[in-house]
Amino acid sequence: MSNMILLGTRKGTVIFDRSNAGWVPRPIEHPGIPVCYAARDPRDGMLWASLDHGHWGPKLSRSRDNGSTWEDVSSLKYPEGARYIVKYLPTPDFDPEAPTGQPEYKDATVFKIWNLTFGSAEQPGRLYAGTIPGGLFVSDDGGDHWTLNRPLWNHESRGGDLFAGEATSENKWSGTPASIDYGVFEPGIHSIVIDPRDPQHMHIAVSSAGVLETTDGGQTWMGRNRGMLNDYTPEPESAWGHDPHFVMSCSGQPDHLWQQNHCGVFYSEDGAKKWKKVSQPDVGVHFGFPIAVDAHDGRTAWVVPARGDMERMAIGGGLCVARTSDGGQSWQSFNTGLPQENAYDIVLRHGLDVSGDTLCFGGTTGNVYVSEDRGETWQCLGNHFPPVYSVRFG
Amino acid sequence: MTRHLYRFFPMLENLTIEVPAGSVADVVRAVDALAPGFSDYVLDERGALRRHVNLSLNDTLVIDRQRLSDHVPEGATLFIFQALSGG
Repeated sequence: MSNMILLGTRKGTVIFDRSNAGWVPRPIEHPGIPVCYAARDPRDGMLWASLDHGHWGPKLSRSRDNGSTWEDVSSLKYPEGARYIVKYLPTPDFDPEAPTGQPEYKDATVFKIWNLTFGSAEQPGRLYAGTIPGGLFVSDDGGDHWTLNRPLWNHESRGGDLFAGEATSENKWSGTPASIDYGVFEPGIHSIVIDPRDPQHMHIAVSSAGVLETTDGGQTWMGRNRGMLNDYTPEPESAWGHDPHFVMSCSGQPDHLWQQNHCGVFYSEDGAKKWKKVSQPDVGVHFGFPIAVDAHDGRTAWVVPARGDMERMAIGGGLCVARTSDGGQSWQSFNTGLPQENAYDIVLRHGLDVSGDTLCFGGTTGNVYVSEDRGETWQCLGNHFPPVYSVRFG
Repeated sequence: MTRHLYRFFPMLENLTIEVPAGSVADVVRAVDALAPGFSDYVLDERGALRRHVNLSLNDTLVIDRQRLSDHVPEGATLFIFQALSGG
């Protein structure tokens, strides 16, 4: 059972400690600085925050003393020669049938460090970071130095090895609206899932491309989007072009993966070899951003349903959390303790987490809720936090 | 320079920094020597000026935001601004 919750918010890092009085927030850290992700490394207790400075560029910040002091880490950078094929947000007069011209290349710089995932216990110091514009970075010294994973960056689905020269294949990766704040429309890696049985085995999720898998520690990557359906292209079952909002696995049954996608909730029980759509729009389970998975039972997951995708708000002005315990065949919706009128919260992709029987989520309107009974009843931890970007148990 | 940078580099506060004439990039490098990591705040990893940062030589905005090749003559003052954005 975790005794810490970390929030990444628009105005800093909020840390809650569990005490006899319940969950108690500390004074905000990184005050005034947008923090798009904050988490605690369970291996060494290091606290991490991904700072999304509006002016000064993305930086990592870490605390070795449980949040008393923090140090900036500015070492995550794209190497010289890292390029990508520029994507543009389709304009109203965009014609998907129009012949494409020559690819336009751009030198890569970090826009956002969107996710930080800690390696296995057998790999002390190993960290992964997912970024916009779509690079996966690896550190083996606790974040002092970072290396771009080139096999993924050079993947044939992105045009091949652009370090070496011109594109040798078509770029299938598209942008994420989350990149528009930076004046671009580029892809981002927001989910990094490590197989606890074998740290060489990982899945990542890219908006907007889909899920990729490696079984050799990142030397080779394969698209894993079979069974996925997207509603917004002429080819819903295409190999690429999917928009996973978040992907997570069951740590005790790692072949059970869950995906809250732009186009529904998807579930795989065979390590993402095949996905199955398990949305139930009639009970509101379809659109949303985050998903949480039970640590022991791979058939149990939670989502925070939202009305999508044109509105992106709570459904009918009321918040609920839905849970399945049978692999998505049925969903149960819970709203006890959650507002049922005049609620317009949207919970972003890293805004929900589970630890044992305890769940917590926070939304863009600054409301934070916790449940100690597997999502069935909820209590509010506060209504006036800054917009919440991430919620993670420490 | 904008006082917001003093939050991250308090050693620069109240300093008048004088460096030899050269390019804008030379000036940023000189400040970085006084405050290691400073250039990561105003420049990206390609050495280009970050999107919401402006530099001016006296009252003229720096033209080359990519390579910072504008010449800083003897006696000129380089100002570092941040865009007035956010909320």
